[in-house]
Amino acid sequence: MKLTNKDILGIKELSVDEINLILDTAESFIEVSTREIKKVPTLRGKTVVNLFFEASTRTRTSFEIAGKRLSADTINISATTSSVVKGETLIDTARNLEAMNPDAIVIRHSAAGAPHMLAKMVKQSIINAGDGAHEHPTQALLDMMTIKEKRGTLSGLKVAIVGDIAHSRVARSNIYGLTKMGSHVIVAGPAMMIPKDIARMGVTVYNSLAEAIKNVDIIMMLRIQLERQQQKIFPSLREYSSFFCLNKQNINLAKEDVLVMHPGPINRGIEISSDVADGPYSIILDQVTNGVAVRMALLYLLIGGQR
Amino acid sequence: MEQKKVVMDADGIDRSLTRIAYEILEKNKGTEELCLVGIRTGGVFLAERLKKKLTNIEGVDLPIGILDITLYRDDLRLTNKKPMLGKTDIPFSLDNRKVVLVDDVLFTGRTIRAAMDALIDFGRPKLIELAVLIDRGHRELPIRADFVGKNLPSSLWESVVVKLMEKNGVDEVVIQDDNQ
Repeated sequence: MKLTNKDILGIKELSVDEINLILDTAESFIEVSTREIKKVPTLRGKTVVNLFFEASTRTRTSFEIAGKRLSADTINISATTSSVVKGETLIDTARNLEAMNPDAIVIRHSAAGAPHMLAKMVKQSIINAGDGAHEHPTQALLDMMTIKEKRGTLSGLKVAIVGDIAHSRVARSNIYGLTKMGSHVIVAGPAMMIPKDIARMGVTVYNSLAEAIKNVDIIMMLRIQLERQQQKIFPSLREYSSFFCLNKQNINLAKEDVLVMHPGPINRGIEISSDVADGPYSIILDQVTNGVAVRMALLYLLIGGQR
Repeated sequence: MEQKKVVMDADGIDRSLTRIAYEILEKNKGTEELCLVGIRTGGVFLAERLKKKLTNIEGVDLPIGILDITLYRDDLRLTNKKPMLGKTDIPFSLDNRKVVLVDDVLFTGRTIRAAMDALIDFGRPKLIELAVLIDRGHRELPIRADFVGKNLPSSLWESVVVKLMEKNGVDEVVIQDDNQ
């Protein structure tokens, strides 16, 4: 079984079968990272370029480690140290890279659709590592993998996603993915952070944390982007936190065996309290571990062997 | 030439495995430092059966692991179909261990080459031995088995399939002509 497209641009384009293929393959990659010698020769001689136009710790390191553990040659390009600062366009950057014959390009860009444009222009496999507020497919895949690992299935689960939904590519990708896989998705946040027609994506909308997390299996907290405070979307961080911070008290509204997730980086005390983030319900660090496995699986499925 | 021929039945398989178990003990002078690693998918159930037999004979519970060699194959570049990746599970150190690799059919030897490369990435075994139920010849690499259930000369257009109760519902080894 293999993936139908040469690229991973979004969860929207993936079928249920493809998502299952990716999650199953990722499961088999977990143990590679537990070995003494964390390397397999599968992508020996393949080149993966990580082209990051936005800051990243987790995603970029995760892709780099994933490529290296598969024995691929990984190259990291960050916009601030590249000719982009001299005014080179994205299209030119991509064409120049294509001329050096990599096998895959992983791109994170602030413009939605940038990876899609690249995918049409170059013959390499393109992986979207986050395009604006549009999609972040590898994050959703690792989130689904982590839920499936802990709960055995994605079907029938109640998942609450809380925070700045409107500006969150993580929320969007997870909504596409979780609804496809049979979960019931609830979104919540201050009214100005919830897109008007989001119920059309098949989710239930609440405007309070308490209503949203009642009896849910999974709570996914989103980072409140501190930059947005300048845009006067909410009065103050303290006010946001008093209404929407997940803490030791309100977490009791959820199911007893609830799991708490966060794509990172966390703002301690703002969207999530330290004792919940570090507490027994939190699977935040499992998400990070699974991120490497999911990215290894994607690289293997896209560029391992012949296309 | 018949289309499909059964060359080994359930009793035959069982007797071969018993003999292989004794041969493993004889060659290694007991079970010290010994462990079994079954190659997915054919070798896994055979390794488990060997483990049971060895426990019955010597009273010792040997460590057993499962090895998926998909990531080490030399033909990934050349084949369009991507084989489904299975889990490798070797929950013990291989350092200084005598590893008995177990597979169902030894053919070109490329699977065993891949398996040895994988094992070396896990640690430094003291030695590696190979136990197979069927050796059908046609080696493309200088590799040989230490313990063989049955030597089965075959033609390249035939396929040899080991069916086991655990996955196929029956114990038998068949050789069939793919041209028919």
